[in-house]
Amino acid sequence: MAKTAQWRKIHPPPPPPAQQQSEKPHEPKPETEQFPLPTILTYPSSTPPTLITQGAEARLYKTTYLLPSLPAALKYRPPKTWRHPVLDARLTRHRILAEARVLTRCRRAGVPVPAVYAVDEGAGWLAMEWIGGPPARAAINEWLKRRKEEEGGEGRAVPVTGKEERDKQLVALMRRIGSAVGRMHGVGVVHGDLTTSNMMLRPWEKGREPANGYAATGEGVGDGLLDGDIVIIDFGLASQSTSDEDRAVDLYVLERAFASTHSRAEALFTATLESSYKETFKQAPVVLKKLEEVRMRGRKRSMIG
Amino acid sequence: MASPSDSQTASSLIETIQLEHVPSSYTVLVGLFKDVSNAEFLQQQLLGRNSEYEYAFIDASSVISRIQVLAAVYKAITIHMSGSMKTPNVHSEIVCSLSPNNNISEAYRRFGITPSSSKHLIIVKVLTPLPAITTTTTSSSPLTPQAVHQHLFANVKGTPTPFTDEVLQSGLTDWAKVRKYYKLNGVGWLDSIKDESLRRREAEVLVLGSMALRSL
Repeated sequence: MAKTAQWRKIHPPPPPPAQQQSEKPHEPKPETEQFPLPTILTYPSSTPPTLITQGAEARLYKTTYLLPSLPAALKYRPPKTWRHPVLDARLTRHRILAEARVLTRCRRAGVPVPAVYAVDEGAGWLAMEWIGGPPARAAINEWLKRRKEEEGGEGRAVPVTGKEERDKQLVALMRRIGSAVGRMHGVGVVHGDLTTSNMMLRPWEKGREPANGYAATGEGVGDGLLDGDIVIIDFGLASQSTSDEDRAVDLYVLERAFASTHSRAEALFTATLESSYKETFKQAPVVLKKLEEVRMRGRKRSMIG
Repeated sequence: MASPSDSQTASSLIETIQLEHVPSSYTVLVGLFKDVSNAEFLQQQLLGRNSEYEYAFIDASSVISRIQVLAAVYKAITIHMSGSMKTPNVHSEIVCSLSPNNNISEAYRRFGITPSSSKHLIIVKVLTPLPAITTTTTSSSPLTPQAVHQHLFANVKGTPTPFTDEVLQSGLTDWAKVRKYYKLNGVGWLDSIKDESLRRREAEVLVLGSMALRSL
């Protein structure tokens, strides 16, 4: 599991050479020292916390919870010095709590998200289950790259249509994505920042591969590169909402993100996403109709009228 | 597994656990005692605020795993450090931290010691850096782990047993209770998991989530 830290966002998506397994984890980057650790992480632990990613609002550390054997992700929202301290404390508190509530809600409902381990909203941190594996974004890009090499690497990139036998792993992964998003929307949660970087591809445990057609192991491009469960992460912008508009925007953002990061498989993705989303979410047809509208006008609603 | 009556190994049955991200000035001692026959006496000492009996007595039937207990201890310690305790001491705070809500007396009843129902007890002692905030006596000599071991073996009438998931899961856990307390009954997908260890793990993280979001 430790090996996979390298996969997270801070390191530009990986491109691991042939054997990802033999690659060593990156050394903790010097960034770690640039920021003071949250107090909680200054107390002794078996392994030093590693800064995984630094966002506009929060930092994500890989650390341990309770026992050296239990890895955890700790999301820390540092105080914003430019805000009034009282306001800042309130905002931080609310955001940490909102994220923790959404995560537990999803988890109870069986939506694949990291479990919440501990929350200290006053201190501005949230400890969660550590999800091993690469982000879906990195895995898909690596897969597309290998497929291209297989084609001979020459010429223009032809769209991946999913019709070929070797593409069935990619189609299966897209179906798992659509199904996860459908389940999330079904429990009244919208993510707010759905991208393939915010979905981890957690390796299957031996003997626990799903047998429902959502998995397609075996032949195809890049052995098992796309194997694993989709786990949706980073609910920092999420909210509890049952509005079809919000859901459609979620899908739209994902669609756009997919188009820009994996453009060769764009059309395939749209089709696969829609069909698998429908399978896990009853109100999908209404949302997909709304999605048409959103596509026409973009993410923001018109401010006119 | 060592015979519990083996006095040589008995003191190793009170574990000292160094939790991650807890100042080393805190020492956590945990022991599991099966078939405790003097629960009533122990509870009386708690109610009488007898500082010699300042422990977290946890009813093992409400517990599904070590992690669950350690999470409660961890939370209680962080609350102790921040100085925002809502109960008399870090030990009562541990019992309350097991609860998914803020009702203190209900937490004592469900997760703490009760003379009628507590048979197997998980006992936690946290040695804190400062003399306990609520010291009633002026005993300034700090407690040592050895003193805690001796005191527990002398005063808890039960069988010291290794505090492991295997032991807890060998019939100490009352699942009906746990499911009720942590509202796991409506969680259909949990019951449909066939693999027992996987189901237990999923139940565990739901329990941890409920504890973490207590009151929030």
